[in-house]
Amino acid sequence: MAADVKYQTHEYDVLVIGAGGAGLRAAIEASAQGARTALVCKSLLGKAHTVMAEGGMAAAMGNVWKEDNWQVHFRDTMRGGKMLNNWRMAQLHAQESPDRVLELEEWGALFDRTKAGLISQRDFGGHRYARLAHIGDRTGLELIRTLQQHAVHKGLEVHMECNIQRLVKDGNRVSGAVGYFRPTGQLVVFKTKAVVLATGGIGKSWKFTSNSWECTGDGIRLALDAGAELIDMECHQFHPTGMVWPPSVRGILVTEGVRGDGGTLTNSEGKRFMFNYIPDFFKAETADNEKEADAWYEDKKNRRTPDLLPRDEVARAINSEVKAGRGTPHGGVYLDIASRRPADYIRKRLPSMYHQFKELADVDITKEPMEVGPTCHYMNGGIRVDADSTATCVPGLFAAGEVAGGLHGANRLGGNSLSDLVVFGRRAGLYAAQYVKSLSGKLTVDAGQVEAGVQGILRPVQGKGNENPYAVHADLQECMQSLVGIIRTEGELKKALEEIAVFKQRLGRVTVEGGRAFNPAWHLTLDLLAMLAVSEAVTRAALERKESRGGHTRDDYPKADPKWGKVNVVLRRKNDEISVSPEPLLEMPDDLKKLVEEKQ
Amino acid sequence: MAASEVTMRVWRGDAKGGAFTEYRVQSQEGMVVLDVIHAIQATQAGDLAVRWNCKAGKCGSCSAEINGKPRLLCMTRMNTFTPGETITVAPMKTFPLIRDLATDVSFNYEKAKTIPAFRPGPKEPDGTRRMFQEDVERGQEFRKCIECFLCQDVCHVIRDHEDNKPAFAGPRFFMRLAELEMHPLDTHDRKELARVKAGLGFCNITKCCTEVCPEHIHITDNAIIPLKERIVTEYYDPVVWLLRKIGVR
Repeated sequence: MAADVKYQTHEYDVLVIGAGGAGLRAAIEASAQGARTALVCKSLLGKAHTVMAEGGMAAAMGNVWKEDNWQVHFRDTMRGGKMLNNWRMAQLHAQESPDRVLELEEWGALFDRTKAGLISQRDFGGHRYARLAHIGDRTGLELIRTLQQHAVHKGLEVHMECNIQRLVKDGNRVSGAVGYFRPTGQLVVFKTKAVVLATGGIGKSWKFTSNSWECTGDGIRLALDAGAELIDMECHQFHPTGMVWPPSVRGILVTEGVRGDGGTLTNSEGKRFMFNYIPDFFKAETADNEKEADAWYEDKKNRRTPDLLPRDEVARAINSEVKAGRGTPHGGVYLDIASRRPADYIRKRLPSMYHQFKELADVDITKEPMEVGPTCHYMNGGIRVDADSTATCVPGLFAAGEVAGGLHGANRLGGNSLSDLVVFGRRAGLYAAQYVKSLSGKLTVDAGQVEAGVQGILRPVQGKGNENPYAVHADLQECMQSLVGIIRTEGELKKALEEIAVFKQRLGRVTVEGGRAFNPAWHLTLDLLAMLAVSEAVTRAALERKESRGGHTRDDYPKADPKWGKVNVVLRRKNDEISVSPEPLLEMPDDLKKLVEEKQ
Repeated sequence: MAASEVTMRVWRGDAKGGAFTEYRVQSQEGMVVLDVIHAIQATQAGDLAVRWNCKAGKCGSCSAEINGKPRLLCMTRMNTFTPGETITVAPMKTFPLIRDLATDVSFNYEKAKTIPAFRPGPKEPDGTRRMFQEDVERGQEFRKCIECFLCQDVCHVIRDHEDNKPAFAGPRFFMRLAELEMHPLDTHDRKELARVKAGLGFCNITKCCTEVCPEHIHITDNAIIPLKERIVTEYYDPVVWLLRKIGVR
């Protein structure tokens, strides 16, 4: 059947899959190291989900608070992650992010400035000092545009609207990738010595999400299939503040910068409820009254407002308020900056929030409060990598950005994502290029594996079933939202696994009509393969971790358990099954332990 | 939740030809045009081609022409139309059609390659780069651009004259040139490029680009006109011309 199928072929040293912040930075680095590099992206260049990052990138530059340094940033990151983090990643990230911010400035980024003309930094949840370099509330757009323009001028080769469906291996080493171009349906085979996975997030398996359509977890599926390991997949972040109304925009992100710039959360009784949800772990550093909380913005000798507790705490608190009947008419809580800051200040600091609410919800955020609630936002876990090199356990396969796990532990602090992208994107490009230089012998691209990849891609257009991929997707989202949401129980998780097994069968019966040229039904069917792999991985990991920690909350095990605090839940694909095993965390050196344990 | 039926005419076809197809779907409170397109995909035409990513007006992927006006599908609310009105959605006219609402926008990516990169001067003696907020704000306005290419789509220089494309970069890239020209640290001079290769002279300031910009960037007033003024000063001011002739800069 497929004997007459023609595909394009390309040959590179390093193939980077994904062109958000991590992929772009990896490709720029690999290319600068002399590796023949290409970047593959599912959308047009510059459209990746990174553009939606709003608040800023965390880097202890000390421009606003000279007391800030990498040690404090490291401590904040570890504590925010409930100590599940890979300490070495957290250390490298805290040490290197200032240089990565300055590098963006060197490449043309126009960050907001302090009075002294340096890069300004703003307050965010879980960060002791104002630490986020930003451009109003569109920092992600600036980051991606700067990297995109830099890459274009370095002559980087980019294959846009190209979807990779399978990695090819020679023995245990990566040697290629099979995919297709979305506009034409043209098949393509890349012969390559190394692959960097930078495919980003997974939110599209949930109904209410801040994620764009691309966030289907392709890299998670590719990595599992290629024999790599996943960690911490149960620690999935629900951002506390997404839009809740109108229904068609439910889930769209409302930046934490609103609270960083003075906004507060209130319930239907007008009470600032976060004071009732301060966990013991953060008591020493969190204000317990409104006066001190408000004074903290100007003077860091005060303790931080509980409105800026880490995201997992705030999301659970909002969930509890709504459940207790103190929610807004549309099932959220109020986020109020209108009564706390002047209109001009709000428009200046939060221009895109102002625009978003005005145009999509008819709400003027300088005059009235926003209605917000938790939205599926970020995968804290992901592919298990070596901290320094971003290498997976599969030779030649690297991973960086949201698709990689470890840095954020059980919960990511706001602002640590954009810095993650460039710190580990650069490292991925660097070490992938070094790996290529160290290779000896020839790699072959196995025809059988290519053929299997091609067959997988073409199956939906050749099938004979009558299932509709849009219906499968909607049902999967419903299932994950209600059974693997912000609060979980064993019974519901088991039910989700049963449903996922049924979705897999239904997906096998999908047939798409309309040919291969720009056919969204076909694209969705193939994306669903990744979404199902992700959904199963998250659910199995969530079932395994019998405690509540960070982004993972079990109603049947509501407390953190020190025993579970010492292990990662690791997933592998074995004979078509996903296996689960708890494995010990890396041991932290004593000097770093001391940093984390200090009270303030 | 108030639901009502809407009628939408959507362009279906490819480079070889096509026609508008009429669809009827249920509309719900708060819906935008992209929601209706998605509803059509899910229930009636799974292969209806449309680009979109963020559905929040931040990525600039879902550009099209709604009732003849270049707009983002995700930022056009259904309640801005008269109830019962038939809404027409067509692909951007200026770029070659791939399929249905998706067009080949590679013209823009080719133009982007022709603009010389940012090139900063030396750092301050203390190793920092210092810029002041009021100085970066001019460029920041243009860096709000989400590259939806609606300004390129509406610009009559290329919309109605295919043969101008090689010699005309379009409003999006005039804005990029202006942004670099106004960058406090940049050392390149791109005025010659703007005048000759990018074809700034073709623009006769009809402000169509400014009108369609979903980010409300003042493309004409704040980017194109100042760029034109700089070129006039450089190339057509007799005093500057004379000074340059005798080697004084």
